[in-house]
Amino acid sequence: MIAHRPSGPLVSRRTVLNSALAAGVGATFLGAAGAAAAAEFAGRKLVVIIQRGACDGLSLAPPIGDPDYVGLRGDIAIASDKALAIDGHFGLHPRLVKVHELMLAGQARIVPAAAIPQRIRSHFEAQDLLETGGAQLYASTTGWLNRTLQAAQPGHAITALSIGAQEPLILRGPVQAQSWSPGGRLNGQTNRVANALMDLYAGDALLGPALATGLQTEAQADVINGGKPLNGADVQAFANTAAKFLIAPGGPSIAVLSLDGFDTHANQGADNGQLANRLSLVDNVIAGLQTGLGEHWKDTVVVMATEFGRTARVNGTHGTDHGTASCMVLAGGALKPGGIVGDWPTLQPARLFENRDLAPTLDVRAVFKGVLIDHLGIDRGRLETAVFPNSREAQPVAGLV
Amino acid sequence: MADQALNGAIAVTRFGLGARPGEIELASADPVGWLRAQIRREGADQPVTAPLPATPPPGPPKPAPSTAVAAGAAMAAGPVPPDAMARMQAQMAAQGSSAAPGMTTAPAAPLAPTPPRTDFGSGRPLPTMQAAWRTFQQYREEIKGAKADPDLRRLASLPINELAAEEALARARLASTTDAGFRERWALFWCNHFTVAAKNQDTMIAVGPFEREAIRPYVFKSFAELLLRSSMHPGMLLYLDQTQSIGPGSVAGQRRKGSGLNENLGREIMELHSVGADAGYTQADVTEFARALTGWSIANNPNEPQAPPGAFLYRDNFHEPGPRTVMGKAYRDDGGKQAAAVILDLAQKPQTARRLARKIAAHFVADDPPPALVARLEQTWLRTGGDLAKVADALITAPEAFDPTPRKLKTPYDFIISSYRAAGFTPVNPAREVVGPLNTLGQRPFGAPQPNGWSDVAADWAAPDAIVKRLTWAQGFANASAPQGAPPDEARAVLGKRLTPKTLLAVSRAESRPEAFALLLLSPEFQRR
Repeated sequence: MIAHRPSGPLVSRRTVLNSALAAGVGATFLGAAGAAAAAEFAGRKLVVIIQRGACDGLSLAPPIGDPDYVGLRGDIAIASDKALAIDGHFGLHPRLVKVHELMLAGQARIVPAAAIPQRIRSHFEAQDLLETGGAQLYASTTGWLNRTLQAAQPGHAITALSIGAQEPLILRGPVQAQSWSPGGRLNGQTNRVANALMDLYAGDALLGPALATGLQTEAQADVINGGKPLNGADVQAFANTAAKFLIAPGGPSIAVLSLDGFDTHANQGADNGQLANRLSLVDNVIAGLQTGLGEHWKDTVVVMATEFGRTARVNGTHGTDHGTASCMVLAGGALKPGGIVGDWPTLQPARLFENRDLAPTLDVRAVFKGVLIDHLGIDRGRLETAVFPNSREAQPVAGLV
Repeated sequence: MADQALNGAIAVTRFGLGARPGEIELASADPVGWLRAQIRREGADQPVTAPLPATPPPGPPKPAPSTAVAAGAAMAAGPVPPDAMARMQAQMAAQGSSAAPGMTTAPAAPLAPTPPRTDFGSGRPLPTMQAAWRTFQQYREEIKGAKADPDLRRLASLPINELAAEEALARARLASTTDAGFRERWALFWCNHFTVAAKNQDTMIAVGPFEREAIRPYVFKSFAELLLRSSMHPGMLLYLDQTQSIGPGSVAGQRRKGSGLNENLGREIMELHSVGADAGYTQADVTEFARALTGWSIANNPNEPQAPPGAFLYRDNFHEPGPRTVMGKAYRDDGGKQAAAVILDLAQKPQTARRLARKIAAHFVADDPPPALVARLEQTWLRTGGDLAKVADALITAPEAFDPTPRKLKTPYDFIISSYRAAGFTPVNPAREVVGPLNTLGQRPFGAPQPNGWSDVAADWAAPDAIVKRLTWAQGFANASAPQGAPPDEARAVLGKRLTPKTLLAVSRAESRPEAFALLLLSPEFQRR
């Protein structure tokens, strides 16, 4: 899935702990205050959605009030009467019905001009950077969510689940995460084989822990679905089940899922078409999560990000090429209501990055950091040293949660 | 003296597609010779739908092919003359004369509920790009007629889905039955390096023809020729949105408002197919290359005399006039040949040699490959100007390549194919035996989600869920197709000297043949290589 994987061993758990200790946040620091904090954050849920292929933020949340928008976009512009209005300046793509409903209820916000820290236009390098959380490429081989699991306070250990058959880089690292997708189903026979396999995999650092975790998760899925098989094509049901993993007793605090197909170089479409269909999928996923989480939706934040945005101008083939800033979406009952997050750079010709792209006004890490501090209670010192090293210029966005 | 029996098992499992019964014994006589005999100038094997000859029953190995002679022939051909440019010119000149055989151009048939086809593997030839394109055009006509009726739209797409299923089946049958597993692995590596995936109906029909026409014949020729062939094939032009890219200063660009450049193909040729993103080029280089590529397109109109629909067509009226500069080198404007000149230079860059040497070593030997092996491949690449037969030979003769520690985890495709080979099984049902299981395991046939193709890194395929999916699939397959021999003998035939006592013991203790066979397929030494 990801090319250009940097070589070299994974950062060892010891290295990470050492760096946390160096920052003066060792276990002795945690007294009664730590325990109280842990209680405050118990039950909080975080869902991270990665849109692969570079989602076009200017169609996801069209800046309908920007005077340059329609001229730059031509036939792929979302007409202001088609967009779902947020305020006089921004709308949402007409397929984002659920997101719009949440927004009106104060449970969704957009970050209209966010970008990763380095200006690169390769999907694969940019996804690596988005997921490793480094200040630059190849600075790390582990994912920032895995480092978040390591950084959680001892009284408040958290776990994570990835949805899908491939493990995303964002969750890769020394802490074993769960993963799940529909279609597993174990029976007496497979359980016998699995038991024998556990023995054969005992010496295999990759296969052993993966099988053990997978068997646990599958047993849990069986309970959640009442033994019924689940069709992976039904996105809403799929997201619904993923949500139920989160709220099961002792379930993970964090879930990650990837959606692909956003690389719309040609015939991107406007209110209908290729991109519109992908955004329907996004909307269904968020709707499925909300239903599945039920009363826990109020303790949930969903963060959606993509590796970069697309060119401000429509290209020669009714699509858009690789750009820079794109739009992040925040949703969930735990969000504080508010307007857009970050500034709008405008689409004035002089303001475009390299005369072609929406210019970034906010580092994606600033949003991630704000959510990790306020929503999951991750210690600020560990956040700066272990989870997002060298991110001082990306100050956490305060007051999201 | 190296352990020939162990090296034979490594040759068949690490470099090949896994052992069919008797194969390890055969390879163990001369492991390097067995691999080397599979390298041949004329390229990889071609998948066909015709039923393959009945596979020989497990038994005594066939006499070894005359490896020395075959290898000698492959090597004696010497470096491929770098005249790919001349060939391309000839192809451009010859356009219009290559009518596709074996395909009628019947007018669009009225839509009627036809049952899905069940006669896969019936001997119908797999279509050329041009024939497949006619199927797509017919589909497009029918879709227009179907308008918004979802049932009619589904019917109209049936032939396209059948074509894709037939392609996937033919490819899996070849891999499951070939005696030249290394040759097929080498071809699949390049098919993935030059990914064309089914992202739309037009690319869905194009993937099979692309692999058969632009990749397989060239995988043991020069990399320059392979790069040029893949870049020019209509399948790649469609997949990376090149066909409609129009120079703003071209005749068409001046006339049509709202038309212009699309830089996708140019970027991915540089970043993914040749020098790599860290090669030191800039956005300006990408844009210049994209300008040079304007005009490379697909013939789409029966009234265009230059080329039949579905063929490569250089449209001069799309081409951005003027000289271009890419990575510091100036290219004069000679129409469609301008981009070809850039591509041939990219193929010869040292960054390309370094990047591909590492990628090949990482694909076959270890996710983090031994530097000595990478250096060996890079030197061979540079010395021979990217002669892929020589690079393949350098790989299989490198001492690092036979390190007994199995470091690679099989991808789902290779896991399923090697399971079929272990059972002596040939798939016949595309949905149940190829597309379905690969979807479940996360590797949809011709469905790489992004143009960098499928990962071959262990961590990407070893998520807990993925391992459980392997377990449930293996048990299902074993229940239906476990061989009838004694399980310990089957295990020895499939893994040779790579079989560990622990796995042998587990297989011997299993309570049934299917459980024993499932354990064998899931054992660490079968999953890894």
